[in-house]
Amino acid sequence: MEISRNWRLKNQRYRLEGTTCTCGYKSFPPRRICPRCKENPQSVSQFMGTGRVYSHTTVYEAPTGFEDYVPYSVALVKLDEGPMISAQLTDIEPEEVTIGLRVEMVTRKLREQGDTGLIIYGYKFRPVLG
Amino acid sequence: MRAVAVAGVGQVKVREHWDTSLRDLAYQSIKEAVKDAGVDHVDALYVGNMLAGELSGQEHLGALISDYCGFNGIEAFRAEAASASGGAALRQGFLSVASGVQDYVVVCGVEQMTDVLPDKVTSGVSLAVDTEYELASGISLTALFAMLTQRYLHEGSCTRKDLAAFCVNAQKNGAGNEYAMFRRETTAEFILKSPVVADPIRALECPPVCDGSASVVLAPLEEVECDTPVLITGSAAATDTIGLDNRKDLLVFNSVKESTRKALIMAGKTLEGIDFYEPHDLFPIVAALSLEASGFARKGEGALLARNGDIALDGKIPITTMGGCKARGNPGGASSIYQAVEAALQLRQKAGANQIECEAGMIQCIGGTAATAITHVLEVS
Repeated sequence: MEISRNWRLKNQRYRLEGTTCTCGYKSFPPRRICPRCKENPQSVSQFMGTGRVYSHTTVYEAPTGFEDYVPYSVALVKLDEGPMISAQLTDIEPEEVTIGLRVEMVTRKLREQGDTGLIIYGYKFRPVLG
Repeated sequence: MRAVAVAGVGQVKVREHWDTSLRDLAYQSIKEAVKDAGVDHVDALYVGNMLAGELSGQEHLGALISDYCGFNGIEAFRAEAASASGGAALRQGFLSVASGVQDYVVVCGVEQMTDVLPDKVTSGVSLAVDTEYELASGISLTALFAMLTQRYLHEGSCTRKDLAAFCVNAQKNGAGNEYAMFRRETTAEFILKSPVVADPIRALECPPVCDGSASVVLAPLEEVECDTPVLITGSAAATDTIGLDNRKDLLVFNSVKESTRKALIMAGKTLEGIDFYEPHDLFPIVAALSLEASGFARKGEGALLARNGDIALDGKIPITTMGGCKARGNPGGASSIYQAVEAALQLRQKAGANQIECEAGMIQCIGGTAATAITHVLEVS
């Protein structure tokens, strides 16, 4: 992905910024139109970054740019506020991941685009500490 | 609307076609379909293709292929809806003939995937997901289906062996289809011993990376000279959220549900009138969830049809009758045109060893994690 495209995503990548509709429906990523009531506008809201693993897998055949990281675990995380988010898991061995595991967001390196390209940071989730 | 007939069909064997170019693959299936239809001219060409820009560095396939096939001057363009591109092109062809705008239309599905290394195919196919929020985290299309599989096993009463039974059935049917890539029967035990791609999905549960092309010629029924012409009587497309995580219930393919409902209404049929079903069996979980969303099985019980043998050629609802994605192969945007060709052959009683008794069939393709589904009903008039 190009520099500007990554830059545009900074509020989502670093702050888990989504939207909340006047009807109360919360979305991640941000939306212009509420999927439930079809209303506009949406207000910006930041999610706490805590939730539970809804499902997970370990990737052994990675898409371009992620080959060096295999095997790595990814999950669908149901945030406490409601929305579901797709992300990598970190600080946990693949075989330790279970459905229902409590996790929290951390900022980590997602990938490097070669020796001279961008180093892309974003959210991952780790088991809740303590 | 005019009644639309499948006047001709053509397909090339799904293989690694290292000695054949994208345009030649398309030409070969078109030539066969036009010959089969016995037409001396065509009015339009619609191309179903997913990844030529990404994998072959070639866009503008409508002009490329119409030029190469000697159709220079006609209306020609490509329809794109990820791996449902073939269905999108077929629907475009159907609509243009049904509306009376065009008479003889060629719909060609073509995909060349083996020119590049596997990671590029994984990335290319994964462009069908939400790339900013799914792929950017290293989550491929396969990983998303793996997570659906994991949850399906967690919630339901089906086992991994039940899911593998979809592949066993597909490969059994592929053995009887000379155009299929895999023509060997296999067992669930063997499949589940193959290497893990994205847990719990195993390598032998994935469709092969392959090249292929299939074409159909569509024409108004009154122009087709044939005793038992095959008609397209239902056609519908529907969408769902691009991100799998944005759905209310991830284990319900709403696009499949909706496109099936609309296609059946157009055809004036219910599921009882469908003799065979070609779901887009990208992975076993897709076959299971498609059977459920289409209405052939209750929620959580799609894989039971595989366990019980109901999906076999002599079962209650035969699926992937010529091998499906798993055995015939899944050449991206060409897949749904292969489905159309195979359904036409079944309905013409020309399906050889895999022939079933049938008068109507339903074919269906999905794009991405079923963010798009396109369904067609074909029957003998």
